[in-house]
Amino acid sequence: MSPTRERLTPEPPSWLGIPPFPEAVKEALGKAEQRKNLRHATGTIRAKRVARADEVDNWEELRTAAAQIKDRVGRHLDDYLVQAEKAMTDAGVTVHWARDGKEANRIVADIAKAKGVDEVVKIKSMATQEIDLNEALEAEGIAAWETDLAELIVQLGHDLPSHILVPAIHRNRSEVREIFRTEMGTYGTPAPAGVSDNPEELTAAARTHLRDKFLRSKMAVSGGNFIIADTGTLVIVESEGNGRMCLTLPETLVSVVGIEKLLPTIEDLEVFLKLLPRSSTGERMNPYTSFWTGVTPGDGPQDLHVILLDNGRTNVLSDPVGRAALRCIRCSACLNICPVYERVGGHAYGSMYPGPIGAILGPQLRGLEEERDRALPYASTLCGACNDVCPVRIPFTDILVHLRHKVAEYKSSKHPTVEGGIMKGAGWVMSDGKHLASVQVASRAAGKLYRGKWIGPMPVPLAGRWLQARDVEAPPTETFREWWKKNREGGQK
Amino acid sequence: MSAREEILRRVRSATADVNVSDPALDVPVHWRYGQPLSTPDVLADLVEKVEDYKATVVRVSDAEVGAAIVTALRGLDAASVVLPDGLPDEWADAVLDGGLAVHRDDPELSHAELNVIDAVVTTSAVAMADSGTIALDHGPGQGRRALTLLPDRHICVVRADQIVSDVPEGIARLAPALRARRPVTWLSGGSATSDIELSRVEGVHGPRRLWVILVDA
Repeated sequence: MSPTRERLTPEPPSWLGIPPFPEAVKEALGKAEQRKNLRHATGTIRAKRVARADEVDNWEELRTAAAQIKDRVGRHLDDYLVQAEKAMTDAGVTVHWARDGKEANRIVADIAKAKGVDEVVKIKSMATQEIDLNEALEAEGIAAWETDLAELIVQLGHDLPSHILVPAIHRNRSEVREIFRTEMGTYGTPAPAGVSDNPEELTAAARTHLRDKFLRSKMAVSGGNFIIADTGTLVIVESEGNGRMCLTLPETLVSVVGIEKLLPTIEDLEVFLKLLPRSSTGERMNPYTSFWTGVTPGDGPQDLHVILLDNGRTNVLSDPVGRAALRCIRCSACLNICPVYERVGGHAYGSMYPGPIGAILGPQLRGLEEERDRALPYASTLCGACNDVCPVRIPFTDILVHLRHKVAEYKSSKHPTVEGGIMKGAGWVMSDGKHLASVQVASRAAGKLYRGKWIGPMPVPLAGRWLQARDVEAPPTETFREWWKKNREGGQK
Repeated sequence: MSAREEILRRVRSATADVNVSDPALDVPVHWRYGQPLSTPDVLADLVEKVEDYKATVVRVSDAEVGAAIVTALRGLDAASVVLPDGLPDEWADAVLDGGLAVHRDDPELSHAELNVIDAVVTTSAVAMADSGTIALDHGPGQGRRALTLLPDRHICVVRADQIVSDVPEGIARLAPALRARRPVTWLSGGSATSDIELSRVEGVHGPRRLWVILVDA
């Protein structure tokens, strides 16, 4: 393929261009407009979530049940996967397995090519974001159109999502108007001339822009909120109806679903369909939920594919502490409550999973080889607000601390660190009373030298940086062991 | 090794610490499934919750449904309507008598044809009061999925005996249809989005207006 070929869809920036969290934060904190947009949005949604969770008397029991069901699935995932595969196959679904994103993308592209389509409509899906499906399809000459309003704003804005549920949360209405005005016409029906920044008008423009895409599309790509292992039923939870369009009108539907998205039985849905909408959008129920079990003759897509995606999920599963992250149902309540997220926004986390869930899921999915992933477990104050709102009771702070430990271990296994050196020295000192005594000679001397003074910044190797921000009292002129000998052992009692 | 075998191998090795083979014994779930909510008036609760989504709700007797459909179509400025198979004949007669253009899905209407029809009238399978959710299992009177998706206005007839207190009871009622591999669609008000500054806008891609006719038993 010629690299000079014109792109079919708006070109997004790359996550790879974003520096590790501590650096990315410095730039993000400087964005006053974004901070204002975020404070407004997360404040609004927090209040709604609290109100809707408070309406449910047995909310805490529901959370416990959800955590237990998800743990059951995770700990017996092989059984449930085999069961789900059989149920889906029996219902007429072609089931594929993908070890990683590349393999999943290949399968989607091959299906599109076999169908002879050069464009697909998409339902918002974290799994396809994770594997960068749109860019993989673009490279194959297939245009992927996002149909969720927020995803459309992000796609047309040559932007990256910054929130799991509301990917354009960092944009305000006037920014959205500008994006629609300048970009819509290039990729389909333009926004009406003189469109204002009123959300209703902007939404109407998106409706018109997308309607012809829905009507002409032969193939759709979705994720999946749940797969019922027992029956092979897929469930998609959405608001706008773009999901129903994609799930109903095209002849071919390909759903890319993480292997952890299984639930054992139909009955388990009652727990999650009570928790998810109230936790995510603060609604009693989302406007639309679709359930489909294989092909229904004469109704909806007649060629159904499900791609079961690993892409690091088995890494997460292999850590008995960290595996609780696989309970996640992508509600985003942890993002909306997080004081760090509210100030820095989603892009600073350097991946499509921002906020507390991104800080625990990302480094586990991708491993700790890259600096940006090693930085993420520290992208938290450990305040624990995320623990309290999580509908599946993910112990975020426990996992964050656990991952910090793993990062420290990773670092020391790769190369000796300053802390490591100091600890090694301290180990030698403490291992023998004679060693300690000789160090104490030096300490006493320093105590006499600095008697009554405080030690301020000084160019001492290793300690220099630490002393820049701290004043230290001089060491005592007498060690405890000397004091003991003098005052207790044979001395005065 | 195929991707399937490889992933299953990885899963098994990742869960090597799990030594109880029965999932139910390994992780007990402390939840009582299908429990109803003790709502004093389930019908009134449904009305309140559906109206909260800015949908219109009217309550009529069995004999008044045909007339209520005509009133709804007029109230929604709909000049044309598609009626799925399985609706009572007297409803269709009432709509025809009301002077509105009636389409039937036989032979099957194309997506383009459905797209220019103003409204659809359907029955429903279950309604869940606490969340204000109406479920379609696309059985007789409910049409295939495209019928309640492309027309802009949806008039949905719910019988009092189809109303349950909440989602758990609703799932229990829908389980047989799901096990029979029927598609199921849940509607909670009309299509809506909150993607721009989290301000709710009613009506994006699905039917923008929902009108519910509750038939008292």
